[in-house]
Amino acid sequence: MSRPASTVTASAGSHDYRRHAALVRITHWINVVALTILLMSGLGIFNAHPALYWGHSSYDGRPPLVAVDARVTGADELRGTTTIGSATFDTTGVLGASRDRDGEWSARGFPWWITIPDNLWLSMSRAWHFFFAWVLVLNGLAYLAYGLASRHFTRDVLPTRGDLAGIGASIRDHLRFRHAHGEAATRYNVLQKIAYLAIVFVILPLTVLMGLAMSPWLDGVWPGWVDLFGGRQAARTIHFACAWLIVAFVAIHVFQVIVTGLWNNLRSMISGRYRIDASAEEGPDAPR
Amino acid sequence: MHRAERSTRRKFLARALGAAAAAVLAGCNKLSATEWFPKVLELAQPLNERMAKLVGRRAMAQEFTAADLSPTFRSNGTSAPDSDAYRALAGAGFAGYRLEVGGLAATPRAFTLDELRALPSRTQITRHDCVEGWSAIAKWRGARLSAILRAVAPLANARYVVFHCADPMESDGSDLYYESIDLDDANHEQTILAYELNDAPLPVANGAPLRLRVERQLGYKHAKYVMRLELVESFAAIRGGQGGYWEDQGYQWYAGI
Repeated sequence: MSRPASTVTASAGSHDYRRHAALVRITHWINVVALTILLMSGLGIFNAHPALYWGHSSYDGRPPLVAVDARVTGADELRGTTTIGSATFDTTGVLGASRDRDGEWSARGFPWWITIPDNLWLSMSRAWHFFFAWVLVLNGLAYLAYGLASRHFTRDVLPTRGDLAGIGASIRDHLRFRHAHGEAATRYNVLQKIAYLAIVFVILPLTVLMGLAMSPWLDGVWPGWVDLFGGRQAARTIHFACAWLIVAFVAIHVFQVIVTGLWNNLRSMISGRYRIDASAEEGPDAPR
Repeated sequence: MHRAERSTRRKFLARALGAAAAAVLAGCNKLSATEWFPKVLELAQPLNERMAKLVGRRAMAQEFTAADLSPTFRSNGTSAPDSDAYRALAGAGFAGYRLEVGGLAATPRAFTLDELRALPSRTQITRHDCVEGWSAIAKWRGARLSAILRAVAPLANARYVVFHCADPMESDGSDLYYESIDLDDANHEQTILAYELNDAPLPVANGAPLRLRVERQLGYKHAKYVMRLELVESFAAIRGGQGGYWEDQGYQWYAGI
């Protein structure tokens, strides 16, 4: 079969299964764009003051948790350093000092290829960041409204009692790269469900909330709410950490998409059509 | 044969995705440099402002205790205005300083520092949030801006207060710093023209003799070395037309976010 059938077919022991509702597919790809731009423009903003703190302020007598610096050595060479607590690492080339797009060395937190725009331009990074923050939030609200109204979350994403009982087996399957086939592949496995719930209901909302906590205006709307997270500078640190948790989630997500059938998975997130290979009905998630 | 077709399709897809990613990233830089695209991005600004004012038009900025004070309050931007007129004023201990208040006002006038100190004041320990990302905490005392404005009786069409400052932003002495806020913020309880920092006269590095504290907005709104207040209906005709020195460089006028 070189072309997917337009309707569910059954030939040579395989058939098409429709998964991912249109709204889930659309919001997924909008999210890909918004999160990519938010990460890169966010790192551009971070470069304006590449250090992280805990508490209300950056100047309370304690050193920063993390600081990225550049210094000029005796040989007139630019070196980048990253200090975490009391340990300092030479991170020249990546953090602190790196070559710009034109090959010139410059003092900057993150390198040009991971920031939007690629130069140090705080007001432009902020413009990108706030525009796509609205895209992320409105897109996320549409997804949440759909997921609740259609019972997509309770039906497909919330782990069942049986799922939770099989969590040990699922961890072993993942470690051995044994993947679901046949009908079992039409459902999310328990680790997948937990990862999706964590990212949708904890990490992404926390990232947005910690972004709002950096607003001096919104800090005062409900007095003391930012203190619940340790203060404005702590909120900034949490926002940064959450961004990298999202990157870690995406890395694992993309890895799983590739090893469980890149084309089939991609197609199912684009057209909604997923090919079930019925000849391999015996999957790790099959009833046992 | 089917396998080969699929493999070709996969390679094509991978290449297309790679090319698309590179094009998008190069595109982001190109778009940033256009006239029109930043204007699209700036469409989010009125949303930010409306959302913030909707949930907290009268909200008070968080205040802190003496235990939270930063050991020293960082000076950012100008720390010693490069201007002969300013140096002369500072050399005389600001004895000749007058804050001029005018524009759309029924009774424009000037205030000496003693007259400003005699106005209703407010003392507050607040957090200063720089647009770069850092925060510092300090104690400020100053004249309430609402009291100053009341003294000059703003006209009905006055909508903004423009702060004209003494510090030149160019080395040739031109491009004096300026800022603007709306009357909502100007009449907010915590909005003061500060003459004291941490119980001492405001140092030159932090804006002597008078600086704005508009606590619910980022640091660049807090104009230092304030010389003249101008009540206006619109700031479109002033300087770059965006309402402030940094705003004219592309920073957002509403800096509550």
